[in-house]
Amino acid sequence: MSAPTAGPVIETSRAGADLSAGLDALELGPAEPRTPPLKRVLESVLPPLFALGFLLAVWQLVEVTRDPETLPSPTEVWDSLRDSVSDGRVQEAVVTSLERGALGFLASVAIATPLGLLLAQVRFLRRAFQPIISGLMSLPSVAWVPAAILWFSLSEGTIYFVILMGAIPSIVNGTISGIDQVPPLFTRVGHVLGARGLTLARHVLLPAALPGYIGGLKQGWAFSWRSLMAAELIVNSSTFGFGLGQLLDQSRQLFDIPGVLVGILAILVVGLAVDLLLFSPLERAVLKRRGLVGAKG
Amino acid sequence: MASMKSLRGTAPSPAPVAGDGGAAVVLDGVTKRFGRGPIVLDDVSLSVAPGEFVCLLGASGCGKSTLLNLVAGLDRPTRGAVAVPGHRPSLMFQEPALFPWLTSAQNIELALRLRGVGKAERRTEAERLLELVRLEGSGGKRPHELSGGMRQRVALARALAQDSRVLLMDEPFAALDAITRDLLHDELTRIWQELGSTIVFVTHNVREAVRLGQRVVLLSSRPGRVAKEYAIDIKQPRRIESPDVSALSVRITDDLSAEIRKHATLRARAS
Repeated sequence: MSAPTAGPVIETSRAGADLSAGLDALELGPAEPRTPPLKRVLESVLPPLFALGFLLAVWQLVEVTRDPETLPSPTEVWDSLRDSVSDGRVQEAVVTSLERGALGFLASVAIATPLGLLLAQVRFLRRAFQPIISGLMSLPSVAWVPAAILWFSLSEGTIYFVILMGAIPSIVNGTISGIDQVPPLFTRVGHVLGARGLTLARHVLLPAALPGYIGGLKQGWAFSWRSLMAAELIVNSSTFGFGLGQLLDQSRQLFDIPGVLVGILAILVVGLAVDLLLFSPLERAVLKRRGLVGAKG
Repeated sequence: MASMKSLRGTAPSPAPVAGDGGAAVVLDGVTKRFGRGPIVLDDVSLSVAPGEFVCLLGASGCGKSTLLNLVAGLDRPTRGAVAVPGHRPSLMFQEPALFPWLTSAQNIELALRLRGVGKAERRTEAERLLELVRLEGSGGKRPHELSGGMRQRVALARALAQDSRVLLMDEPFAALDAITRDLLHDELTRIWQELGSTIVFVTHNVREAVRLGQRVVLLSSRPGRVAKEYAIDIKQPRRIESPDVSALSVRITDDLSAEIRKHATLRARAS
């Protein structure tokens, strides 16, 4: 048997280190040239601006060629928006709705996350409840409004109930699919390293499930916002705050068509802004850290 | 874990086994069957001495991975006993299986943490291990920023972080290109000589087995049995293209081919 000897090992050691450094450099390739920031901004901002301009042009064209009574022009809507901003109604409605949306969303996360983890781990419960949860996801949450009014009368409780029914199923599903996507090999490595039970969940399963979970949160927010608007459109009372849905419904009752369009635009912009400023950067950061998307995203 | 006293007279082994009492890994009449399925391992007996480098060689269906799982304690034998005195063995796979949300250093530190190493000590220990696999300075990189060979070296460092005297390797270099694989053979030999750990290395590459091992155990397939053993007296560090390695590889390949050919006759008879 060849006894371990120091001589030849040390001799080859230096050459081996150089060879290995050379191989790594070759395989990794040269650093990619960075896109200049101005070009990057133009690339991401120009296409949406083009789409916006196109839509405005079509709108203006339809307005000119058809009855201007039913369809206001873009400038009329702009004026209406300026009016409602200057008297503070839009801001107040946005703040009220965002507060409700955030509270309802956070409550949904607090309920749905443990529920999702439980269903992902216990096969019997999952077989029992997942079909119901998937079914609930396809049920438009506005369908809960009549029942909620009967149970909670015209109160904010009605609105929160509708948000929960809308958001919880999608967050539960996101949590389950996040856990499902954890490669079995990671679990095995965890076992080999000596992690079991809660230790395994904390150090391996949960971090590995994070991208799917964030996808679920993103979808959960979209469902929260939609459900909130559906509820606010129908549930209106002077006893609680005036949200975007109520603003929209009020404009309808006053036959204020520019006001209705302002309401729709505000709902769209707020929902999009939360996604673009909060969830998308979070999702991109997590995926980028793991090398799952390129630097340009 | 079976006690050592139940083990006697294991497989005749040409390697210098320091008596069963001192063996690092002992398999005694191990049989494994999953449920009512076919027998995967049939009466496998094997003893690995402390500090020995053994290569398990076989075609598909020889139960190599099942055998490693048994030794790693991830599964239990249907019959027979597996004994690995001391620490739980560490196991390295064909895929590096590094956690993508951690940097290379953090991957190693997690293994140290799960072993119970204190926070202050973890950093210096991770750095030492990265240096051992020649990745000093790459500790802050995430797995996707590393080359395939570098990732597998981090995986080796993570396995070594478990500080078990027995290292099990399940075709760890099979997915690498030939140049990187040759290099990692040199690195593994160097690290083994430095640390004196016991290594059980599974492969279906004959020359890789001869390049690395002090002993090659040839397994038959379906069911997996110990077919033959070869002691390798070529001085380390060996080169995979050297005449000594080639000559022995030819002999072992012939035996392996004979084992595989048996299945052709069995199949022909069955149909």
